Amino acid sequence: MLKRIQRETDHPGAVVKIREASWPAPFQEGLEYSSPARGTWNIVHTGMLIPESHQIFVCALGCLRGVVLTAAEMNAMDRYSSVIIREENVLDGTMEELMIGGVTDVLEKLPYRPRAVLLFISCQHFFLAYDQNQVFAALRERFPDIRFTDCYMIPTLRKSGLTPDQKMRMQLYSMLEDGPKDSRKINLIGSNLPVSRSCELVRMLESGGYVFQSIHDCRTFEDYLAMGQAGMNLFYEPLARIAAEDLEKRLHQPYLYLPFTFDDEELSGAYRKLAGMLHLPEMDEEPLRKQKREALLAARALIKETPIAVDYTLTFRILSLVRLLLTYGFRVTEIYADTFLPEEKEDFLWIRENFPEIRISSCVRPWMRFQEREREEKVLALGQKAAYFTGTDYFVNIVESGGLYGYDGVVQLAGLMQEAFLHRKDRKTVIQRKGLGCESCI
Amino acid sequence: MRQVAGLISTYSSDEFGICSALYELGGMVVMHDASGCNSTYTTHDEPRWYDMDSMIYISAISEMEAIMGDDEKLIRDLTETALEMKPKFVAVVGAPIPYMIGTDLPAIAAMTEQATGIPCMGCGANGMNYYTKGISMALEAVVRRFCTGPAKRTEILSVNVLGATPLDFSLNGSVDSIKDWLRENGMVPGACLAMGSTLEDIAQAGRAHVNLVVSYGGLAAARCLKERYRIPYVVGVPFGEKFSQALAGMLREAAASGQDLVSYRRVGRDRERCRADSPLDRKNPDSPRLSLIGESVFSASLAAAVELDRGISARVLCPLDTEDLLLREGDLQTPEEDDLMARIPETELVAADPMYRVLCGERQRFFSLPHEAFSGRIYDRVNPNLINRKLEVSLC
Repeated sequence: MLKRIQRETDHPGAVVKIREASWPAPFQEGLEYSSPARGTWNIVHTGMLIPESHQIFVCALGCLRGVVLTAAEMNAMDRYSSVIIREENVLDGTMEELMIGGVTDVLEKLPYRPRAVLLFISCQHFFLAYDQNQVFAALRERFPDIRFTDCYMIPTLRKSGLTPDQKMRMQLYSMLEDGPKDSRKINLIGSNLPVSRSCELVRMLESGGYVFQSIHDCRTFEDYLAMGQAGMNLFYEPLARIAAEDLEKRLHQPYLYLPFTFDDEELSGAYRKLAGMLHLPEMDEEPLRKQKREALLAARALIKETPIAVDYTLTFRILSLVRLLLTYGFRVTEIYADTFLPEEKEDFLWIRENFPEIRISSCVRPWMRFQEREREEKVLALGQKAAYFTGTDYFVNIVESGGLYGYDGVVQLAGLMQEAFLHRKDRKTVIQRKGLGCESCI
Repeated sequence: MRQVAGLISTYSSDEFGICSALYELGGMVVMHDASGCNSTYTTHDEPRWYDMDSMIYISAISEMEAIMGDDEKLIRDLTETALEMKPKFVAVVGAPIPYMIGTDLPAIAAMTEQATGIPCMGCGANGMNYYTKGISMALEAVVRRFCTGPAKRTEILSVNVLGATPLDFSLNGSVDSIKDWLRENGMVPGACLAMGSTLEDIAQAGRAHVNLVVSYGGLAAARCLKERYRIPYVVGVPFGEKFSQALAGMLREAAASGQDLVSYRRVGRDRERCRADSPLDRKNPDSPRLSLIGESVFSASLAAAVELDRGISARVLCPLDTEDLLLREGDLQTPEEDDLMARIPETELVAADPMYRVLCGERQRFFSLPHEAFSGRIYDRVNPNLINRKLEVSLC
């Protein structure tokens, strides 16, 4: 058996004080470790958002393993199938035959008729230069009542152009078609989790007479297709920009990026821009700011000087959140992240200037496997990875922002921090479930 | 059609079989692949990941590194990390992309070994074979590399256990129960490849009198130990009461004679008992009542145990790598979903991983037998330990 390696100091290649950290990637690339925190979504979870669709992955056994069991754990095996690539398909160049025959066999076996098929290909397809047009043309001819779209599980290509997550967000809306628009409908696109209905953004749009919808509201494939009628797309997840650009190009839907900021002025700027585009009266934000301030002060009064660790899976602009917390007197001591978004730079510089001793820890460097995971004092973690690495059962269990946006999002987050500070969670069980927000049989 | 799993899960792959087999040995195991493999293996196929530290990593190969064949970066990363982490060995494990671009893993291992002085192995997995092949490859490599010195037999009859991983035996206590069963029968457990033994324990495997092969993945290592130390092997898993007793006798017999044995082929079916109990068997004595789906050694041992303890005739449907030697008369290798769909309706009883239930008819009685290599962690909490105990309550 292995024994835990006891360490006296943090490893310089895996932990660095922010005053010494390089921007935007504090750590060098190399071999990578994967911690057991699994709450973030993957392409299977995201693809399942399209109602009445079926996913078919054409991959090697090793690549299939994670996706088939993602589907199984979210109780969605009835919407998932595999076609298995074997050595002969690589050596003989029979990929097209395998795909056409395999997908046909799957669709004939299924006890129901899906409205759409998300056909996922893998890194191997790119290296084989297979004929994708031939495959999709043949399938569309055989199954004219089913829509097919190409999706990608291509981690090898994650550093070349679009990442798999960006591609997935784009392909999620690829079956929407151009047509007459209803200017009173607004889509929120690109987020795995729905925005909280109590968010002022929702109230602002709905009180102005707009129908504010996202893919989470779609119960049927027809509902999904109707998203193509919206007069405008909003998105606040940076990864969704490519999807918004694609929809603007194909469907002529303009878009607006609402930055996932925790700064009042930046948020105000986004709301003013939105109000201007939609001819809405400007929102009176002062009551909202007051609520936000009070919520943060109440949380601070309870949590006091307890050290706080934050990780990048909690929200999209993690440094903006850290800056907010520091401004309100919270004692943030650790940030778990391997890279930061370009729009985080100002916050990074501010934290470095004002709180240079805050530690940034890698989540993937090899030494993190043996990083001491217990702390002598109670730690409040914001995010699953931070909870794992600091060994605390006191943590806020949300990923990818949890749909908490704007002033209301901060109020809710402050409440969750208080709740997490007071009540322990079953860390081992909770953080190992995949796709937080989806069904899980684990 | 072949190669389609329209309704069921798919098995774990060779790269993960290697990781599982080497997990507890203090080595650094690096899958030469992009980012997804690591979380896949550690989430679904490695129930030890949360509680037991092990150096399982990925190289995080990128498109440009693959296109340019940038092996230098991999060697540099391996060397730097190995010097820092000081593992007992390094294993570089292949995956689909290295296979397609012809990466020379043994050469990379040799160069890393030269740079670090740490034993390094290149493992030619490609993600397109079953985990069974990976376990086999890894355990054979460990034996060839580390079981090299002279070995004097122990005084008391000792038995190595070969081919034990959580992929086949979960973490439900089965492997400990196998060791307890050996002790109950007056034998001493030797090295276990590879759960609960250190690399140093395994290096002493040549001292055992006999090897017990508990999965297909242990067979290549058994043959290597036979070749190197003349240790005979017995294939089988001690399920049930009567079969466990018979298997213990065969271990003693093999130790005395030096002959290899496949235990469940020696036991044979208790046909008279089966006929008496089964209306179907009375009608057609050659028709089995129970289909067992799974890994060959595990399933054939369990089939033999069910027949001996319960008098229910059984046959194995094995979707995985195996050899004819490891199956009994009437057992079938059925790697395709379509094969299984055709065969499963032939018996009134089915025992298999719950994710096979979708292929069974409504009138068939289904016994849940979770298999980590198929359904991952989903049924960990209800996975029964069937070692050396009566099967009447737990299975049929």
